[in-house]
Amino acid sequence: MKLEPLGDVAVVATLGSDIDSGTFASVLSFAGAVTAARAKGITDVVPAYASVTVFYDSAQIPDSPTGAYESVCRLLESCSLRAKISPSVPMTKALEIPVCYGGDFGPDIELVAEHCRLGLDDVVSLHSEADYLVHAIGFTPGFPYLGGLPEPLRTPRRDTPRARVAAGSVGIGNSQTGVYPVPSPGGWHLIGRTPMALFRPRENPASLLKPGDRVRFRPITPSEFESWK
Amino acid sequence: MEIKVIHAGMMTTVQDLGRRGLLAQGVPIGGAVDPVALRLANLLVGNAEDLPALEITLTAPELEFSRDGWIAVCGARFEGVPAWRPFRVLEGDCLKFGTRQQGCRAYLAISGGFDVEQVMGGRGTFLPGGFGGFEGRALRDGDVIRSVPSERVLSGHWRIDERVLPRYSQEPTVNVIPGAQAAEFGDALYTEKFGVTARSNRMGIRLEGPAIARTSGDELVSTAVAPGTVQIPPDGNPIVLMADAQTLGGYPRIGHVASADIPLIAQLAPGDFVRFKRTTVGEAHAMARAEEHRLALLRQGLAEKIRSP
Repeated sequence: MKLEPLGDVAVVATLGSDIDSGTFASVLSFAGAVTAARAKGITDVVPAYASVTVFYDSAQIPDSPTGAYESVCRLLESCSLRAKISPSVPMTKALEIPVCYGGDFGPDIELVAEHCRLGLDDVVSLHSEADYLVHAIGFTPGFPYLGGLPEPLRTPRRDTPRARVAAGSVGIGNSQTGVYPVPSPGGWHLIGRTPMALFRPRENPASLLKPGDRVRFRPITPSEFESWK
Repeated sequence: MEIKVIHAGMMTTVQDLGRRGLLAQGVPIGGAVDPVALRLANLLVGNAEDLPALEITLTAPELEFSRDGWIAVCGARFEGVPAWRPFRVLEGDCLKFGTRQQGCRAYLAISGGFDVEQVMGGRGTFLPGGFGGFEGRALRDGDVIRSVPSERVLSGHWRIDERVLPRYSQEPTVNVIPGAQAAEFGDALYTEKFGVTARSNRMGIRLEGPAIARTSGDELVSTAVAPGTVQIPPDGNPIVLMADAQTLGGYPRIGHVASADIPLIAQLAPGDFVRFKRTTVGEAHAMARAEEHRLALLRQGLAEKIRSP
């Protein structure tokens, strides 16, 4: 584990250099141990891929001669010793996300099919038959970065990002797939849209998904999309 | 009271000191881009320092007040509007701002605070997500926003000691703590000066200058970033992330602006310049403590001037 500062607001713990399941399993268990410590002055614990970033309020960290940063580092070292070592991410029940593929909802599905030398139906079946793992939530509120995209579907980002991507859009960016929960700019190829709200500001937690969760996509028709509640 | 928005200005939003504990859900801290100016504006009208106030960007709104009250405007300075002191508005008054003289963002606090709903533990507007503040959006001409009634009495004519104010400048030198990829860049960030572009917003201040070349390093796996993080995208022009920045980033992090200097960056307007110098985490914490000490002295001084019935 390597510790380094993110300015005067956080400590970044790096647990590996790549996106692999072993590293991600230790990221999850370490983030869990830091959260469970409920230490004074720790405001946010943010797991993502190979790192866990721990935000602190320097005024709230118990005083020490070496300063707040060193105190937080020592806390993280002790959490690291306590974190359970698990070689793989625990299996949990997958959230099923309904997606209406293609048409106006997935304006880039033909580009993806062409790039991957696949038929439209193959894109839909490959995308909806795979199991995905949430590696991080970020970019916009509730946006899940999903690992597990079948290799034949890999498509680079668009040359020019869209200025506005509609909420619910499902996209592919290189080896990842994800869902845009709120309208935002976006550079991924859009293949469909879900009527399911992945981010609900008035509920707790607001994000439907968290790192370590599993996801599957289920194809639905445009009329099922319209009647989905 | 009710405050009628006659003209909204370029971008006027309700902001507070942001949301904590939600970064792992992708929700940025948000809140005032210049938190110190918002805190001071609130303190000057006798409010708790984290109450929602208006963040006014570059061009100011025109506001009509339905009752008597106290307001204070801090941060960017506008002609014809008293800065850094409370002033009285009377029923029916229309507050017009003159030309902007310095800075980018002004904070208008009203005694009692603006009355907006709390969403996810904050009252600030998060524009990209369309929630918080006034209907999740910037104010528009014709909106009517309410403030919480307050019977507070402010006494005498006085102004705050200039020494507690942030040292705003149109060409500040800002302290930076080197970031994870600092070694992959030369010294350019600390030797050149950078111009502020018009593409800057609440998510980030986009700078331009001599392109900063990355001399080594691989594609990075995304990690958490925060307001203050200085990223270098492939075009070599630094971006200083601000309140509404996305919570994860994959660009190299050359450094991070010391928290105490965030107000200096927050007040940079297009056409201004900025220089950077290196500091350490320990020194940055000491700067933050010194700033909190100045604010505590001010709070003490104000307690004698403001009475609540």
